[in-house]
Amino acid sequence: MIAYLLRRLLATIPVMLVVALFVFALLHLSPGDPAAVIAGDYASPEDIERIRHKLGLDAPLHQQLAIWLWQVVRGDLGTSIFSNLPVSKLIGQRLEPTLTLTACTMIFAVLLAVPMGVVAAWKAGTWIDRSVMVFAVLGFSLPVFWLGFLFIFGFALKLQILPVQGYVSIREGLWPCLRHLVLPSLTLGMVYMALIARMTRASMLEVLREDYIRTAHAKGLKPHVVLLWHALKNASLPIVTVIGVGVALLIGGVVVTESVFAIPGLGRLTVDAILHRDYPVIQGIILIFSAIYVLINLLVDLMYMVLDPRIRY
Amino acid sequence: MVTATVQPHLVEDRPRSASLLRMLRRNPTMVGGACFLLAMLVAAAGAPYFGTIDPEELNPIDRLRGPSLTYWFGTDMLGRDLYSRTVYGSRISLMVGLCVAVLSLTIGLAIGLLSGYLRRVDAVVMRIMDGIMAIPAILLAIALMALMNASAQNVILALTIPEIPRVVRLVRALVLSLREQAFVEASRAVGASIWRVLLRHVTPNTIAPLIVQGTYICASAVIFEAYLSFLGAGTPPNIPSWGNIMAEGRTYVQIAFWIILFPGLFLALTVLAVNLLGDGLRDTLDPKLARGFRGGLAE
Repeated sequence: MIAYLLRRLLATIPVMLVVALFVFALLHLSPGDPAAVIAGDYASPEDIERIRHKLGLDAPLHQQLAIWLWQVVRGDLGTSIFSNLPVSKLIGQRLEPTLTLTACTMIFAVLLAVPMGVVAAWKAGTWIDRSVMVFAVLGFSLPVFWLGFLFIFGFALKLQILPVQGYVSIREGLWPCLRHLVLPSLTLGMVYMALIARMTRASMLEVLREDYIRTAHAKGLKPHVVLLWHALKNASLPIVTVIGVGVALLIGGVVVTESVFAIPGLGRLTVDAILHRDYPVIQGIILIFSAIYVLINLLVDLMYMVLDPRIRY
Repeated sequence: MVTATVQPHLVEDRPRSASLLRMLRRNPTMVGGACFLLAMLVAAAGAPYFGTIDPEELNPIDRLRGPSLTYWFGTDMLGRDLYSRTVYGSRISLMVGLCVAVLSLTIGLAIGLLSGYLRRVDAVVMRIMDGIMAIPAILLAIALMALMNASAQNVILALTIPEIPRVVRLVRALVLSLREQAFVEASRAVGASIWRVLLRHVTPNTIAPLIVQGTYICASAVIFEAYLSFLGAGTPPNIPSWGNIMAEGRTYVQIAFWIILFPGLFLALTVLAVNLLGDGLRDTLDPKLARGFRGGLAE
């Protein structure tokens, strides 16, 4: 068990190494002089030279790579070109709103989507099933920011029951914090819910066909006991997998959602970094988000053992 | 010669027209999606002929007008006709969607074939693909756009790169199972070269799943293009795209909601149509995949 955990942790190192190398290479594979591109169209030659020096682009390539990797390993993500602050500090300042929003979205999406999928599979072929599937297809198709504006228009501007935009930290009270998170979470969670509901339904449909489900029914167990303890438990591996994999969708969506709802998180930092072509910040954000994604999927892998006692490493 | 007698078991040999008709009757949502897409393609190609005016024409007197008989979708803050901008905007979205799908399928197929067939290449290539897949697609596209100039070609490139690993994985998995099939072994036994085996015997059997995957890539590329434009990292503002129009309209949500409503509606309907087409194709072309499982987003 411990040995397996260590082995899985070690296996994430090459993946993160490739991510880091890729992020490093991006700057050098781009057509033209990266310093000139980052400096923008109106930069003077001195500006370009300053940026080149700041990014260490005037050193030989292998030396640049070694320096960059060593810095990243020590947690030094470089310095922002625009604000001159360390990137790790900038990210630290913005982490809380993003994590709160993402966690809130994950919790409510899983709590809603799994039952939706279970009921759809249980009542397969009925109108309930069909409406869940319609919801799932719609969830994949509606652009996040458009949905966000629809919600703002409907719930905040017309009905005036929820705040339009902004973020209130949980330290200032649970209720104001949650009130501000309802619309962003709903917006962000739609695709994720669609994905989970769809996978839950598919996985449950497969399990419900098994013999032991018929046996459980035959021995007189109540339907909800069969559904939850016999079926859902055995159908849970693909569901948990998709909950982990879907985090990529959440990370992409959070950038857009924060921009719509004026939430001062990592997404906003990303957008500001794009505007200023602040490449060190963009590199840092990619590394952090990829690390979060890899770690969550590592957790998912470990969940397998809890959910399925047959899996022993 | 050997393959000619074995292959029909894998590639369907029912008469085309009969299966096509049955497909239409069995799958009305797919046909609906295909029809809507066709209509969008016609509108995009013939944009000047559908009652549109110059999408860049400024008309400051009529700015921020609501939908009316003169301005079907209203006007924006510069008095530009939103109906015309939306119709012209479909050009960018559809072009980006199609190009990203075709490009990522082609490149992914090539890499996947080699990786699945040549074991030594495989180990290295798959590690690189794993690494790229650990970066959330939209962030990777943003990073690429931050390093390139804003243009439609660069948007296509930036959206293609994150999709390639997913295609490679799919093709590789298919190749790994196909290379064990009797007809591949047979053609190797009669002395066919690697290229011949891959191109004549393996590739045709990857087409159906690839087409399905292509529709999902197309759908997500259309949405991502709008995200990029919305975040200020997409097509340049002088070309109307659905994302650009909505990005410009965001400050006017309270007084001119239609600026966001109509382009977004068209974007949603287009993506919905592509998704419906994809689900339908999956069910008809590849029954093995038809388990409610989405290759595109689930991987």
